[in-house]
Amino acid sequence: MPSKAAVSRLSTLGRWRLAEILFWLAAAASVPLLTEHHLVLTEIAIIALFAVSLDLILGYAGIASLGHTAFFGAGAYAAGLFAIHVTNDPLLGLVAGAAAAAVLGFATSFLVLRGADLTRLMVTLGVALVLGEIANKAGKITGGADGLQGVFMAPILGRFEFDLFGHVGYVYSLVVFFVLFVVARRIVVSPFGLSLLAIRDNPLRARAIGIPVNTRLTAIYTISAAIAGVAGALLAQTAQFVSIDVLAFHRSADALLMLVIGGTGYLYGGIVGAVAFKVLQEILSVWTPQYWTFWIGAILVAIVLIGRQRIGNGVMGIWARLLGKGGAA
Amino acid sequence: MFRRTILRGALAAAALAGASFGAAAQEPIRIGLILPLTGPFSTTGKQISAAANLYVAQQNATVAGRKVELLIRDDTGTADVTRRIAQELIVNNKVTAIAGFGLTPLALATAPLATQAKTPMVVMAAATGIITERSPFIIRSGQVVPQIAYPFGTWVAQQGMKRVVTIVSDYGPGHDVETFFSDAFKKAGGNVENIRVPLANPDFSPFLQRVADAKPDALLVFVPSGVGSQFMKQFVERGLDKSGIKLIGTGDVTDDDILNSMGDAALGVITAHHYSAAHNSPTNKAFVEAFGKANGGLRPNFMAVGGYDGMHVLFEGLKKTNGEGGEKLVDAMKGLAWESPRGPISIDAETREIVQNVYIRRVERVGGELYNIEFATIPNVKDPSKIK
Amino acid sequence: MTILFDGIAYGMVLFVLACGLSVTLGLMNFVNLAHGAFAMAGGYATAILMNRWGWPFVATLPLAFLVPALIGVLLERTLYRRLYDASHLDQVLFTIGLVFMAVAGTDYLMGSRPQLIRLPEWLSGRFEFLGMQIGRYRLFIVVVCGVLTVALQLVLNRTRFGSRLRAAVDDPRVARGLGIPVERVFMITFAAGSGLAGLGGALGAELLGLDPLFPLKFMIYFLIVVTVGGTTGLTGPFVASLILGIADVAGKYFVPDLGAFIIYTVMIVVLVFRPRGLFVRS
Repeated sequence: MPSKAAVSRLSTLGRWRLAEILFWLAAAASVPLLTEHHLVLTEIAIIALFAVSLDLILGYAGIASLGHTAFFGAGAYAAGLFAIHVTNDPLLGLVAGAAAAAVLGFATSFLVLRGADLTRLMVTLGVALVLGEIANKAGKITGGADGLQGVFMAPILGRFEFDLFGHVGYVYSLVVFFVLFVVARRIVVSPFGLSLLAIRDNPLRARAIGIPVNTRLTAIYTISAAIAGVAGALLAQTAQFVSIDVLAFHRSADALLMLVIGGTGYLYGGIVGAVAFKVLQEILSVWTPQYWTFWIGAILVAIVLIGRQRIGNGVMGIWARLLGKGGAA
Repeated sequence: MFRRTILRGALAAAALAGASFGAAAQEPIRIGLILPLTGPFSTTGKQISAAANLYVAQQNATVAGRKVELLIRDDTGTADVTRRIAQELIVNNKVTAIAGFGLTPLALATAPLATQAKTPMVVMAAATGIITERSPFIIRSGQVVPQIAYPFGTWVAQQGMKRVVTIVSDYGPGHDVETFFSDAFKKAGGNVENIRVPLANPDFSPFLQRVADAKPDALLVFVPSGVGSQFMKQFVERGLDKSGIKLIGTGDVTDDDILNSMGDAALGVITAHHYSAAHNSPTNKAFVEAFGKANGGLRPNFMAVGGYDGMHVLFEGLKKTNGEGGEKLVDAMKGLAWESPRGPISIDAETREIVQNVYIRRVERVGGELYNIEFATIPNVKDPSKIK
Repeated sequence: MTILFDGIAYGMVLFVLACGLSVTLGLMNFVNLAHGAFAMAGGYATAILMNRWGWPFVATLPLAFLVPALIGVLLERTLYRRLYDASHLDQVLFTIGLVFMAVAGTDYLMGSRPQLIRLPEWLSGRFEFLGMQIGRYRLFIVVVCGVLTVALQLVLNRTRFGSRLRAAVDDPRVARGLGIPVERVFMITFAAGSGLAGLGGALGAELLGLDPLFPLKFMIYFLIVVTVGGTTGLTGPFVASLILGIADVAGKYFVPDLGAFIIYTVMIVVLVFRPRGLFVRS
């Protein structure tokens, strides 16, 4: 029986802060204001969604994964194949991507639940690498290393056709991203989400107070996989193409990097990281196409040395003031 | 509602673009060059960008009385990034043509875009047969794998070899080499055994052991260019060179870029390819010299020549259309024929595919350096996969 | 039999490359993804000395150890030591940053072409022994790495330094209280680990290839060795390297179609049944 205090605490947690609302308004404003950049914004939205899905397991359940791209890739291939062989309706495609990734997530969750951090990192990584090899070997179905071609999407809801400028693709990705973000946000402030935090902080004690640890972890792992699958499906649909590197190691690593840069455990970290990382990459790689990775590396090192905490505190200070206002309002 | 906003945005953008075009007929012609400049295939990108820059500089960066601007972008060898960059170049930078494309999937991902935007697309490196069939706007300036592998299979059989084992990396171009070489070789009465190795594979010893057990007349190998040297060393290390098994391959294995540092292990390897830096012609001598001068003594390889000729096709086409792009430019580029550093070449008007000589070469030491020395020529080879 | 021998040689190279990581990760509990960068530094030291200044191969090996070890000391003093207490995620971020810098920096300085080294006559070729075809160079690797392994075990388990290190790792505060110069011990260990990686890079350059992407390409392999082996002592990683080396080579020989799956599958199976690796300190 949840106490009254707990219920009110949950509802406070669930309330939308002013800063969050501002953030999403800004995202919406990018649609009419940044028309030139819709293509790269689409990419950012997709990666951000992917990073958010990773945050669900890393930030809230404490499962570090270097193979989350397994689900991203599964979603992408499922959506691509679904469009070719079943129907090319985009929304149904998203469902297909989510379903495929969820099934895979559920199946592999049992491997992942064992062991500590490092073991989990490596097992997830292994799963993703094996999947990548399978996709490469099953060339007849997946197109192998040449990639899956011939993905043509029907207009969304039968009305909005994907255009060359990427406008429809961006609005579509952004809306899907927003909807799933709301879902993820709802999950983490639910009693279920709080029980995950308890597990993250101390699995033994969580078990002792009667939280079914393994069931909960399996559940969140599956949910996270499904969301990653949707991100993959979005990529397949907007690019109308699936290449084998949707399963490549660097995608998992990038997502993890972005999440760590932005900070784990508050869902916006993935978004902040994705935006920062991609914008930097865009600027640097136009400036010095061959050696931009050097500067990215230098920035990462600097971030750690200065202290994510310290940078974070600066940002969080502003954040907290906005939050305070939001809470008071 | 969204649609209306978008329409309005698009209209505004179009109006802006129109205005700027109207104001200045002297807008530079922009060509987008998308290459893998970081990551495992960065040598491809560097060779091509160096060659393209060289060509543009040699033409004083002008064609048909207008300035030419080369926009070079790094796609890290990731297909969706290639596509996105191509899209941005077309939509935002208003490029007349896109070029580059280091790997097959990168080209395939971008092909539908070329059709949709009616933008000519010059494929300089990616080499699988199907690419040009994916869009009527694609012109190829590099090579097509079957074009090399098929006649090579016939040639090897003519030398009296009966049994060949092939080792190829497990990806598109590798499969192509395997298929077309084997087809031609079997047709000529030979016997082939195929082995595929993972693309990321540091140690070849188990595969070479299989070859040693099979004792064929020759071993055909196709691996990405950097890995080739490792392969050759391990081949020699196992003493396979002395067991009478000839090492043969497509020219990717004895890539001019790294050939010289391979050492004696590479000596005597026989390959078929369309370009050798040692090709004996004045055009090539001038090219090799200018390329080396502009890049600190770097030796151009087949990627570089693909980039160089790709720029030539674009420039010649633009001369004919007086700077206009679109379908007109593609039509202007069809059927072009000229003397390239690699020898006489042309663009097939029907398939938009490059037609060129395939040379059989042997690695020899010339003036202290290793070179692929051409000793037989199969003239004017069209892509056999497109001849019905 | 030849396959078995090749597998052992491959495993040995993996071990020398990864043992430094098993020390930093296993003993000092620091996730050093930049480990491969030190290996690359060793490989390049050898390549430069041989190709530019004509040193003989064997003479470059001490430098392939020293150069990365010095870089290791330098970085340990200036950067790494600040992060011993940081969270694993911070360490990952920091070392990945170093990897990016090393990759792009090497590319800038040395070009992206693979570096090749030429082995001396007496190390190339192969001979027959009891019906086994044995590559001279592979034998050389097995011998060098074997000696190193024994030496490392002795240092770790029998010397004063070894026991100090173990003490410092188990409980730095108590160790400091007992008068053990913990910081110095860590520094020396880190340098040795980096040096070993460099030596591995130099020895492995012939088998694995050497180009600016080396640290990224082989990062996964190192991590596999360390996690499969378990993070206590060196026996675990040693056995793991051998198992992986042999399984990989034999697998590719007998079922080439599944070649790429083997090493990952072995890892997953081991980790599922022994989540903490093969050898666990009780």
